[in-house]
Amino acid sequence: MDNLLSIVTFLPALAALILLVFLRGEDEAASRNAKWLSLIATSATFLISLFILAQFDSQNTGFQMVEQGEWLLGLQYKMGVDGISVLFVMLTTFMMPLVIAASWDVSHRVKEYMIAFLLLETLMLGVFMALDLVLFYLFFEAGLIPMFLIIGIWGGKNRIYASFKFFLYTFLGSVLMLVAMVGMFADAGTTDIEQLLTHQFGSETFSVLGVHIVGGMQTLLFLAFFASFAVKMPMWPVHTWLPDAHVQAPTAGSVVLAAILLKMGGYGFLRFSLPMFPVGADVLTPLVLWMSAIAIVYTSLVALVQEDMKKLIAYSSVAHMGYVTMGIFAGNQQGIDGAIFQMISHGFISGALFLCVGVIYDRMHTRDIDAYGGLVNRMPAYALIFMLFTMANVGLPGTSGFIGEFLTLMGIFQVNTWIAAVATSGVILSAAYALWLYRRVVMGDLIKESLKTITDMTRRERAIFAPLVIATILFGVYPAPILDTIGPSVEALVTNYQTALAAAETATQVAVNH
Amino acid sequence: MLSADLSIILPEIILAIYAMLALLGAVYTVKDGAASLLVWATSGLFLAIAVWIGLNGAGTNVAFNGMFVDDGFARFAKIVILVSAAAVLLMSEAYMTRRGLLRFEYPLLIALAVVGMMMMVSAGDLMALYMGLELQSLSLYVVASLRRDSLKSTEAGLKYFVLGALSSGLLLYGTSLVYGYAGTTLFSGIIQTAVHGDLSLGLLFGLVFLISGLAFKVSAVPFHMWTPDVYEGSPTPVTAFFATAPKVAAMGLFARVMHDAFGAAVSDWSQVIALLSVLSMFLGAIAAIGQTDIKRLMAFSSIAHMGYALMGLAAGTAFGVQAMLIYMAIYVTMNVGTFAFILSMSRDGQPVSNIASLNMYSKREPGKALAMLVLLFSLAGVPPLVGFFGKLYVLRAAYEAGLAWLAIAGVIASVIGAFYYLRIVFYMYFGQERDDALDKSRSPVLWGMLMASAIIMVVGVVNLFGIEGAAAAAAATLVN
Repeated sequence: MDNLLSIVTFLPALAALILLVFLRGEDEAASRNAKWLSLIATSATFLISLFILAQFDSQNTGFQMVEQGEWLLGLQYKMGVDGISVLFVMLTTFMMPLVIAASWDVSHRVKEYMIAFLLLETLMLGVFMALDLVLFYLFFEAGLIPMFLIIGIWGGKNRIYASFKFFLYTFLGSVLMLVAMVGMFADAGTTDIEQLLTHQFGSETFSVLGVHIVGGMQTLLFLAFFASFAVKMPMWPVHTWLPDAHVQAPTAGSVVLAAILLKMGGYGFLRFSLPMFPVGADVLTPLVLWMSAIAIVYTSLVALVQEDMKKLIAYSSVAHMGYVTMGIFAGNQQGIDGAIFQMISHGFISGALFLCVGVIYDRMHTRDIDAYGGLVNRMPAYALIFMLFTMANVGLPGTSGFIGEFLTLMGIFQVNTWIAAVATSGVILSAAYALWLYRRVVMGDLIKESLKTITDMTRRERAIFAPLVIATILFGVYPAPILDTIGPSVEALVTNYQTALAAAETATQVAVNH
Repeated sequence: MLSADLSIILPEIILAIYAMLALLGAVYTVKDGAASLLVWATSGLFLAIAVWIGLNGAGTNVAFNGMFVDDGFARFAKIVILVSAAAVLLMSEAYMTRRGLLRFEYPLLIALAVVGMMMMVSAGDLMALYMGLELQSLSLYVVASLRRDSLKSTEAGLKYFVLGALSSGLLLYGTSLVYGYAGTTLFSGIIQTAVHGDLSLGLLFGLVFLISGLAFKVSAVPFHMWTPDVYEGSPTPVTAFFATAPKVAAMGLFARVMHDAFGAAVSDWSQVIALLSVLSMFLGAIAAIGQTDIKRLMAFSSIAHMGYALMGLAAGTAFGVQAMLIYMAIYVTMNVGTFAFILSMSRDGQPVSNIASLNMYSKREPGKALAMLVLLFSLAGVPPLVGFFGKLYVLRAAYEAGLAWLAIAGVIASVIGAFYYLRIVFYMYFGQERDDALDKSRSPVLWGMLMASAIIMVVGVVNLFGIEGAAAAAAATLVN
């Protein structure tokens, strides 16, 4: 199949179109059809995406299964995957059927809900496959529309504020990236990512309005992209939209947000910032590393004092994303391997944690930690699953959370021991907030009247968790499938990055000597 | 010689004669009874002329010793003007009939205004420019106050007239200065007076006054004051008209004057237009936030959009003109759809323009709400909708012309502007349901326009319907 990637990308959108055009009515039958169609479409997407994985050759560090066509304005419709993106594609297709299944109890405007999620899947897949700058931007930004609606229509009490904040915050971040893309287009004469990866952007220091900019154009471009990806990631101090969005979004929205949307920032750093602007990245690496270290410690401390379960997990996500940026900007094999691993594993773990919150929220309609306690007495299966993912969140060896954190810490230790030391303290803090959350919600005696009749997980809920449990433990014990897939591509990335830095160094030396 | 000249200007002549004959005919016979028929006939004629121009036009033809230029640029602008005028005219028929507003003069005044606009984009001389502009403006002053028994409508008409006269005065003063220093009113003569890419001081003054007068017509800040009041006060179909065809004509004229008459001194006017552009984008974005009336909101929205279109013009390159043309075509398409929606907003038969009345509109009319949602995100410039590509073109034009600061200002303004479009989405989708629901509109024309416009915004992402090449060819004839 020549256009496998396009098929995978647009299959969910096709299902959304079918829902939009052909599904009529608001009754029970119509919503059931909408749910089943969505489940079938997302599952089919996952199954077809397995072909991508099967065809993928991890030894080839270039782009594979490339599709190319002319578009307007000299842009191209170009899709392809490499070792860095292929696993994100798989993560997306893997999570979406679970997300749809987790929304089975939605009763309010089901058709629109399913359309929004299906469109979102297409857009997320497009982000990871696009090999044209503007095409990437298109998918990247368009995802805001369905997410804005998901938070705004199906969200909690304060959903309006959260949805506007989410939209405007991320929109502001990415429009600067758009200007940078226009600048790259003007400079390189192409928007083809494959060609841009080999294009050298200027790195001579120049001054703008009297300010000397070390690293020149690369630094400016890096900053513009950084504005977008740092907000999306999110990095401290521009993370404040995330807790609001997470708390107000419906469970499925939170899962998508945590498991996939946050990864776009990290993916962007790996696809654009490091390989295309190595000098700019090098100039700003200390800043990014310290921001990551602060994020890890600060947001972990903030997580400790949260009263709302979703907010706690949201802050813990910010902390875990801190490991990711730290690993990426360590700029060595272990760091970047670890960062990608951490993103994939965080996809499973945080998704599962939000689903865990969703399970009890569906029953009690509150996310206050104080409203719970002693759930283990009536919900043993739930207690077990929640414990597994709490441990994975802490980074216990044997779960996938451990591998990612360990590799990133190992990567950063070779670069900057101080940051490694600060970041490692985050591991302890994460154990503190996660275990404390678990103790308050699950352990102890069941004394609250309202909880006396709570029921354990249904078969559907268990079925949703099963794949996540398997993935978390499997990759925790045997991480090789992931590391082997990304390894060669990461190695090429690191080599190119170091070569480009060395070349720039020499060029500066020569310039100084003359 | 004369017959050759006349054949070049034939579309305008046909339209003008049609308008005059129809006017006489209706006055002496059934008067308003023919109004409906005239609306359909006029829009049909618009479309027919648009097709004729599109199929038959070729090359650059000059008539009346250079007073009238028929080139690719003019034809592109004329087609956009004619098609959008036809669309708006069709949309207004049902609305105006229901409210007893439909007079036979209305379609004919619009036809005369369109003749003026076609003259504007084809002007090759300052006198031709002024005649076209005034023919357009005088017709529009009258239609603005079409609703004679409404205080707001008459106020709108009067305000528009007084401020329009002021701007015409500025324009004429500029014209006289330019004539005095250049010794000619022909664009092709003026362009030769620039020495080494610089204008003499007197010409520069004339240029500034010309730009002020033109900026008034495109409602660029700081010459925008009339826009919100006129938009709000005029009957909604007239507002829809104001927001579409005249804007294209004015932008076309702007580009024509700048490039044909002053194209040798781009650096002299590019900074002025960049300033107009950045002010318009920011004022349009910020002032719209507090609006509760959707027509006023659209007025500020159009000010902001003119800012983006001016960004393309400020680049001063062929690509900039191409970007501006594409932007205007997209803008007009979005606005036709949006106004089709606004025209269908009514409660108990009375037109409503309060945004809050859209509360939970999506629940009652999901299809129309979805179409409006698409249009709003497109107006905000969010990909993958076509509105984004308009912005991408002008950003690229500005960046490549060394106006990176303008591009950055533009994207920041677009984020501020996104807020008020989202606010309408908020009312339609997130609000609480109330019992004072809007009427269900049953007008197939409005529904069709809204849906067509929304679908264009989505499907256009594939290749913008080939408009890119046409706009590039049009821009190439203007800038060389």
